[in-house]
Amino acid sequence: MPDLLGLLSYGTFFLVFATIFALVVLGLNLQWGFTGLFNVGVAGFVAVGAYTSALITAPNYPDQIGGLGLPILLGWLGAMATSGIAAFIIGIAALRLRHDYLAIATFGVAVTLQLVALNAKGLTGGPFGLQFIPKPFADVITDSLAWNVTYLLITSALLGLSYVALERLVRSPWGRVLRAIREDETAAESLGKRAFRFRLQAFVVGCMLMGLGGALYAHFVGYIAPEDFLPILTFQLWTMLIVGGSGNNRGAILGALVVWALWTLSGNVLRELVPSEYQARAATLQVVLIGLLLMLILLLRPRGLLGEETVVSRHMRDETADTKKE
Amino acid sequence: MLQLVADGFIIGSVIALGAIGVTLVYSILRFANFAHGELLTWGAYLAWTALIGIVAVWGPAEPLGPFSFGWPLLVALAISAVATAALALLVDRLLFRQLRQHGNAITLIMASFGAALVLRNLLQFIYGSIPEYYSREIQVAIRLIPRDVLGGLRITPDQLFVLGLTAVSVVSLHGFLTRTTLGKAMRATSNNPQLARVTGIDVDQIIRATWIIGAVLATVAGVFSGLTVQLRPQLGLDLLLPLFAAAILGGIGSVYGAVVGGLIVGLAESLSVPLVGAEYRAATAFAVLIAILLIRPTGLFGERT
Repeated sequence: MPDLLGLLSYGTFFLVFATIFALVVLGLNLQWGFTGLFNVGVAGFVAVGAYTSALITAPNYPDQIGGLGLPILLGWLGAMATSGIAAFIIGIAALRLRHDYLAIATFGVAVTLQLVALNAKGLTGGPFGLQFIPKPFADVITDSLAWNVTYLLITSALLGLSYVALERLVRSPWGRVLRAIREDETAAESLGKRAFRFRLQAFVVGCMLMGLGGALYAHFVGYIAPEDFLPILTFQLWTMLIVGGSGNNRGAILGALVVWALWTLSGNVLRELVPSEYQARAATLQVVLIGLLLMLILLLRPRGLLGEETVVSRHMRDETADTKKE
Repeated sequence: MLQLVADGFIIGSVIALGAIGVTLVYSILRFANFAHGELLTWGAYLAWTALIGIVAVWGPAEPLGPFSFGWPLLVALAISAVATAALALLVDRLLFRQLRQHGNAITLIMASFGAALVLRNLLQFIYGSIPEYYSREIQVAIRLIPRDVLGGLRITPDQLFVLGLTAVSVVSLHGFLTRTTLGKAMRATSNNPQLARVTGIDVDQIIRATWIIGAVLATVAGVFSGLTVQLRPQLGLDLLLPLFAAAILGGIGSVYGAVVGGLIVGLAESLSVPLVGAEYRAATAFAVLIAILLIRPTGLFGERT
C-alpha cells in the first residue's frame, strides 16, 4: 500500500517540523507568555543555533572556518550556549529599558545576523549556506522513513523534556516572580526582586531553547541557508504562540501544531490551484492569510485557544479552586 | 571623504523623514510601529502607479530643468501622499483602534509586526518583486568640488532636490507644530495624554493627524528612496532598522531629534562603507542603536525613558 506509506512518511515529516517549532515556541512562551518580553528576533536566535551546531559537527568545509566534525550532541549543546550568549549580550543592552526597546533591539539582531549569514562567506557559507550537516544515527538507520521516525522520537523526547522542565520552572517561586514582574514591576521590586536579573535569566533560557530548535532543524534537513531564517519565521512562531494561548505551555505546543498544519495546508492548496508561473506571487498570499489569522485572534480571542492558567502554585490550588474561573 | 558625507546626508534625509513618523506615532500612540517601513514602500509604489497613470493620459512630459523627472512625478507624489495617508488611516481603523481600546502597547507592537508582513506581501503580490524605476534616464552628476579637495564631490540634481525638499518638509512641520492649534494640541497629547484629554483636546483627531503626517512624510521618503536608488518591495523593510535607530538616537518624541538622528545614522552608514564594506551598511544602524541604548537610552534630545 504505497499510499498509506506515503501518508505515514508525510505525517512524520510534518510532525518533526511541528515538534521543533513547538520547542522554539516554548522558549518564546517563557519570554513573552510568562515574563512579558517581546522578542522580534526569534529567527535570529534560531539561526545562531542552527549555524553553530552545523559548524561544530559538519565535516571539514574547504575555504571556511568550522566543520569540526565533533559529535552531534556537542553541536546541540554548543547551539544552546551561543544562542544564550547572544541573548545575554542583547539583554544587557535592552532589558533595563521599556519593552519597546527590546523589540527594536531584537529586530536589529535578526537583521544583522541575516546580513552576517549572507555575507560572511568564510563563516556561514554565504547565500548558499552550509551543507552536509550530519544526521544522527544515519549510518545505522538507512531507511529514510525509519530514520524520520527515529528523529521524530528524538525531537518529541526533547520537547517533552523541555515541557516538563518549563512547567516545573513556571510553577516554582522563580516562575511566580517572573509573572509578578510582568504584572507589576514596581511591586515586585519593592518586595526585593531584582526585575532586571529575572528578566535576563528568562530571556537567556528562552533563547537557548530557540537555539536548540535551530540545531534540531539543521540536523533534520541537513542543509541550512540564510533564507531559512527570514522575518517570516519569527512571525509564524509568534502566530503559533498567540493562537495557542500565551502563558500556557500546552497552548504553545497546540498552537505550533495548529498553525503549522494551517500553513502547510494553505501552501498545498495554493500549489494545487495556482498555475506554476504565479507560484511565487501566490506564496505571498500565504503570508497575508497567516497575518490576517494573527490579527483576527488578537482582536477576537486575545487569550488564544488555551488561555493562561490564573493559578499555578500548588499551594494555592485548593483554596482558589472555585474562584479560578476568569 | 566629502563624497561619503554627501551620500550620507542623502540617505540621512530619507531616514530622517521616515523617523519623524516613527517618533510621532511612538510619542502619541505609544507603541513602536513596525509597519511604518511599509508606508514608505506603499508610498513609493503608489506614486509609481500614479506616474504611469498620468503618463498614460497626458503622455510623457519633458524633464524639469536638470532633473530626471518632469511635473508628472510631483503630481504623482501628491496623489500617493493622499492615498498612503488613507491607507494608514484604514489600518488604524481596522486594527490599531480596536486594540487601543482593550489591549496594551505590546499587543499593538505585535499587531504592527503582523500588519507589516501583510502589507509587504500584499504589495509584492500586486507589483511583483522585480525592481522598478521612476525614470530610466541616466543623470550626469555635477562636480561641485574638484577631485583634489578631499576627494572631491559629485552630486546629481535629483539628490539636491531630495536635500532641498527634506529641508522644506522639516521646516513646514516645525511651523505646523509650533504655530497651529492642531500642532500645539499634538505636542500637548504627546507630553501628557490624560491632561490633554481633560483640557478638551479631541484625541481621535490628534491620532488621525499623526497618521496623516507620518504617512505623507513616509511617502516623500519612499519616493526619494525610489528616485535615488530603486523601487523594491523590501525598500521599507531595509529602512526600518535605520528608522528606529534614528528615532531612538534623537530621543523618542522629538521631531528635531529624529531629523538629527536620521542624518547621523545616514552619515554613519555611509562612512562605514569603506571600513566594513557596503554589504554590512545596514548593520551600522544596529551598532548605533546598541551604542545609544547602552550609553544614553533617552537619546540626544529626549527627556522620557
